[in-house]
Amino acid sequence: MRQTFDVAIVGAGIVGAACALECAQAELKVAIIESSIVGGGATAAAMGHIVAMDDSEAQFSLTRFSQQLWNTLRTELPREVEFELTGTIWVAADEDEMSAVRNKNRYFTSRGVPAEVLDAAALKQAEPNLRPGLVGALLVPEDSVIYPPTAARWLAERAQQCGASLVRGKAIRLRGGSVEIADGTAISSSLVVNATGAWAPELTPGLEIRKRKGHLVITDRYSGFLRHQLVELGYLKSAHSVTSDSCAFNVQPRATGQILIGSSRQYGAEHSAIDHKIVAGMLARACEYMPALGKMAAVRCWTGFRAATPDKLPLIGPSVTDQKIWLATGHEGLGITTSLGTAKLLVDQIVGRRSAIPIEPYLPARGSREHVYA
Amino acid sequence: MSSPRWDIVVVGGGPAGIAAAVRAAETGASVLLVDDNPSLGGQIWRGAEDNSSLRVARSWRERLKRSPAQVLRGFRIFDQPVPGVLLAESAESVREIPHSRLIICTGGRECFLPFPGWTLPNVMGAGGLEAMVKSGVPVAGKSVVVAGTGPLLLPVAAYLRKRGARVRLIAEQASRAAMLRFATAFASQPQKGVQAIGLMWQLVGVPYRLGCWPVEAKGAGKVRAVVLQQGGRRFEVECDYLACGFHLVPNTELAALLGCELRDGAVWVDDAQQTSVPNVYCAGEPTGIGGVDLALVEGQIAALAATDKPREAQQLHQLRARHRAFAAALQRAFALREELRKLPCPDTLLCRCEDVTFHRVAKCQSWREAKLHTRCGMGPCQGRVCGAAVEFLLRWNIESVRPPLFEVRVESIAIELTVGPTPQVSQGAEG
Ligand SMILES: Cc1cc2nc3c(=O)[nH]c(=O)nc-3n(C[C@H](O)[C@H](O)[C@H](O)COP(=O)(O)OP(=O)(O)OC[C@H]3O[C@@H](n4cnc5c(N)ncnc54)[C@H](O)[C@@H]3O)c2cc1C
Ligand SMILES: Cc1cc2nc3c(=O)[nH]c(=O)nc-3n(C[C@H](O)[C@H](O)[C@H](O)COP(=O)(O)OP(=O)(O)OC[C@H]3O[C@@H](n4cnc5c(N)ncnc54)[C@H](O)[C@@H]3O)c2cc1C
Repeated sequence: MRQTFDVAIVGAGIVGAACALECAQAELKVAIIESSIVGGGATAAAMGHIVAMDDSEAQFSLTRFSQQLWNTLRTELPREVEFELTGTIWVAADEDEMSAVRNKNRYFTSRGVPAEVLDAAALKQAEPNLRPGLVGALLVPEDSVIYPPTAARWLAERAQQCGASLVRGKAIRLRGGSVEIADGTAISSSLVVNATGAWAPELTPGLEIRKRKGHLVITDRYSGFLRHQLVELGYLKSAHSVTSDSCAFNVQPRATGQILIGSSRQYGAEHSAIDHKIVAGMLARACEYMPALGKMAAVRCWTGFRAATPDKLPLIGPSVTDQKIWLATGHEGLGITTSLGTAKLLVDQIVGRRSAIPIEPYLPARGSREHVYA
Repeated sequence: MSSPRWDIVVVGGGPAGIAAAVRAAETGASVLLVDDNPSLGGQIWRGAEDNSSLRVARSWRERLKRSPAQVLRGFRIFDQPVPGVLLAESAESVREIPHSRLIICTGGRECFLPFPGWTLPNVMGAGGLEAMVKSGVPVAGKSVVVAGTGPLLLPVAAYLRKRGARVRLIAEQASRAAMLRFATAFASQPQKGVQAIGLMWQLVGVPYRLGCWPVEAKGAGKVRAVVLQQGGRRFEVECDYLACGFHLVPNTELAALLGCELRDGAVWVDDAQQTSVPNVYCAGEPTGIGGVDLALVEGQIAALAATDKPREAQQLHQLRARHRAFAAALQRAFALREELRKLPCPDTLLCRCEDVTFHRVAKCQSWREAKLHTRCGMGPCQGRVCGAAVEFLLRWNIESVRPPLFEVRVESIAIELTVGPTPQVSQGAEG
């Protein structure tokens, strides 16, 4: 007998899994359709940094909201999710960057995000393995780190415990009212949500999503070497650039004692192979900030694709072309963080609840307005 | 600093690699042979002072010395950053190795299967214990049980005995019927039969049980006894060491990284030992476990083909066919029995690097899912140990090789290349 669902979510990355749980908790009848491994897409490649960001007001609202949701959830997370409240340290290499530190500090503290300016000595004390000569930093203590694939799996399992169905199969067509699966079956559902990350345009043609490739390297275990997630402030400049390849110092302590080294951004690279030039540049940058990294043993390199929208904000809500096909994609480099916030905003719209933050900046329809401008 | 582009680079200095380097260099090609050990010889000839193949080893080594081939010892190939350039790391430095053609002779490694207690100290691989003793750890007066499967068990037992160990038992999982069938394969390989008889002679008085395998290692702090099964019966033998290996598996990682096609866990090669990737050749154990004699012929054929001497290469095809037939008989004889799939208990550790139990992995649907969700195979050995076990135990396909092939220093990956990719060499056209 054919089942009818309220919501069919295509893609069980961290975003789809979080949405499924939120739907199930709102007592919606939900199916999650995954063609491969739960949490096996971009989610498996990510750093797992849960971070409040301030590039734009909308980015701030969603990341801060989500960061707080993660912190509320932390007591429920099983050990495998490896949640650690490491905090973030934004490192300033020169006076320019130090003034960015002060701005960031004002921005955060005026919006209720605890933050603390560190001078060179305090930075040295917080992270003794950074090179000498750095000017200072901003410590944001409520940021954290998780291991994304197990987080996605846990969210999906919780959703199933709340009544969601996990369907293994590849969606080949989305229609208002049903999802066609490659094996010839169809899943009928009032709403269909495309949560396939960087693959979303395959199912919703015309979506303005581009793949943005990233490389990461992980080391062997060096417990205690690194305590916080460290990001250079130059990151802001380079992550902004839409045109060129870039890499920045971005290192993360894992619960295992391993150190995850990032990060790079590339447009137009469609192949998942490692690009030596990019990795070498990224590691060289990391060694500039933390010279002792150079002698550490690297265990593995890998790549992943971020789903980037033109304005770097995710698409959450009904698609422009079909009100029964919704989107939850386009999270670029922040989908691990914003998965929980995305799920709230999506379900708020479905059931007509008031949202904790304004939803307009993330509505897919905003894109069409932008077109008019451009 | 710019490096010369070698005509031929050979990775691995075991029998296959030495033979390949010799034959290639003798044609006048510029040849570099790279091995990650301080001395050449591979698993069997390295430090061999007491082997029946000593004469053969010596003659190849001397021929290598006389040849113009260059040798780079103590360097391990860990990546191919761009086509035609390999990166190699030593204890102190890192080097780029540009080349036109490559011969992969990376050998094989022992296969381990997990059973309760297999992670206790003093439970080790058969080849592993032999290597340890060769490097100076004394076993005189110690009781040792040698168990598992494969032609390795006998020479290891004989060696340990010669070093004064009390070998209590050799337990071979292969059945008596399989071994009898195998014995007929010796008919075409008289010298191998003689070697086998010689080994048996050295092992007179040591019980050799067929259809017998270890199911548990017992002990606190280190192994004290091993429980073995034969037929429906279980019994215990006390020991100080359990040397246990389940035959060999090919080292295919470098070939896989380069995109070479694998079939049944081995590197696929054509008649000329060329892989599915043009200008990349492979010889010895990576193409399928076949022993030293096959490794020597394959290495030579690969070298002759890679230096465009197809006629000379062809002259060795018949010899290779003979050794391959023997290798196939060997594989059949020592095939792992079904019962071994039940060796691990749910809480037996499968991945020692990341402390993952068998049960957690068996719940997953694929190797990649197990890696992502349990971290199995994600540690320093990158699944070299548990991967082979999982292929057998759960019949999974182990895919996905990523650089670095081995743990290397971060700074070694970070080097800026001074040479570009090899210009496309048209296949077989160059002299
Ligand atoms: C190198 C790198 C580092 C990152 N670091 C961070 C970080 O530190 N913090 C952070 O917040 N974010 C980070 N991100 C971003 C984050 O990884 C993504 O934003 C997030 O994982 C997106 O999740 P998703 O569920 O939308 O997509 P995905 O995880 O890609 O999930 C999509 C799922 O859809 C499935 N699918 C696709 N097509 C179909 C189909 N036709 N039918 C059925 N299923 C289908 C896929 O198999 C996949 O499981 C990083 C990204 C990269 C690449
Ligand atoms: C542990 C063990 C013990 C053995 N004992 C015996 C025995 O007692 N009697 C017997 O008849 N046969 C024995 N064998 C089998 C025998 O070693 C092989 O049949 C034979 O050596 C095959 O030769 P090969 O050249 O293919 O490989 P190998 O002899 O294995 O040579 C491969 C070489 O390549 C090197 N190498 C691998 N990867 C890289 C890399 N990325 N960079 C640089 N170097 C690399 C290895 O360190 C090794 O030196 C043993 C095998 C093993 C694994």
